[in-house]
Amino acid sequence: MKGLGELERSIMDILWAENTPLTAREVGRLIEDRDLAPTTVMTVLDRLARKGFLTRTRDGRAWRYQPAASRDAYVAELMLEALDMTGDRDAALTRFARAVSGSEAEILLKALTELEEE
Amino acid sequence: MIAAAVLAALAMICAVAAWRLTFARWTWRAPRTAILLWQSLGLTWGLASIGALLAFALDPYRKGVVHGLAEFLLSVEFGARQPYDYLRLAALIAGLSLLAVLVALPLAAGAQTLRARRRHRLLLALVARDEPAVPGVRVVDFPGAAAYCLPGLKSQVVISDGTLHLLSSAELEAVLAHEAAHVRERHDLVLLPFAALRRALPWSKLVRDAQASVELLVEMAADDRARQRCCPRRLATALLRFGTSAALPTPQGALGVSAPSSVMARVDRLVRPEVTLPAAHRFLILAGSVVLAISAPLLWLLPG
Repeated sequence: MKGLGELERSIMDILWAENTPLTAREVGRLIEDRDLAPTTVMTVLDRLARKGFLTRTRDGRAWRYQPAASRDAYVAELMLEALDMTGDRDAALTRFARAVSGSEAEILLKALTELEEE
Repeated sequence: MIAAAVLAALAMICAVAAWRLTFARWTWRAPRTAILLWQSLGLTWGLASIGALLAFALDPYRKGVVHGLAEFLLSVEFGARQPYDYLRLAALIAGLSLLAVLVALPLAAGAQTLRARRRHRLLLALVARDEPAVPGVRVVDFPGAAAYCLPGLKSQVVISDGTLHLLSSAELEAVLAHEAAHVRERHDLVLLPFAALRRALPWSKLVRDAQASVELLVEMAADDRARQRCCPRRLATALLRFGTSAALPTPQGALGVSAPSSVMARVDRLVRPEVTLPAAHRFLILAGSVVLAISAPLLWLLPG
């Protein structure tokens, strides 16, 4: 039995891979863990929808779920913050180093070559 | 009037000292001591500025800021009529407003930071993966170089897939040791009040420079921790590889992203280490910081 967080992850992966909205039953069929109770899948889908990661539409008596945004969009959001390109210099993360550009990059490149030659 | 004058002088001294400290280079030889001095200067400046205004306003009570404020509140409550002195009233309002701003802004900044981190954590849980080569580290599939720490009760160290390709294993180890130091010493808590102060006074060059100095010192402190565990030269080459990894355009609104030479300054420190500041000097600075931090609250109690 996987943890809830890992289950959320694999369900998102399934929905990202399929390009159409799926019902809980269809998600359950695609999931690796066959022993999973259908109610568990429904609970996780509901949680993800409440967090805003999934949108759902009525289809007869069931809900169809689809991702609210693409995986790439989330990666981009994370990395914009990681590279401190959101514009507001908050203290949310502590970053290792920032990339530089132009003449400063050349200075760094020269220093790197020197260090590697030594 | 003595308390007000002394507090005003103290605030001035703090401002001048902070200005001098932004140029100081000895700080790089003892980053942790320097961070403490910065914190003490910031705190004392705030308390002394507020205290000077309030001490002037409440001078007629001759009881000091704390007891004077209590007496003032009592007199307001009982509706005692007093001859108004508009200058003192203005000082009172200014002092209380400054107090409100300096308390509310860090709180607001803290709340916003927590929200940003919670969102970041949620997204990481969905898109980051574990990598057998680097246990305990979250990996995000992104070609660029990124390595950072998401602080919190359960801090997470995150690197991009691109970092794995960019760095050798020894360099990666050095970077992870650096990030682990951030996690262990909760450097995010050091940075928070300075980021908040900058948000409060965005036009102040001194505050901007102070924030940049503290940011650099925090990185140097983490570098120092990392070099105790692994080869400083590998940390230096990792820094250089990061710095040159992407010719990123300067993002809009992110003016002055890192002081021009901050990466190079850190590399120089690692490759050509200077002698650490002598213990006696560090102790003196430490003692000075403590005295400074205690002085303002004491002056708040000084009558007259």
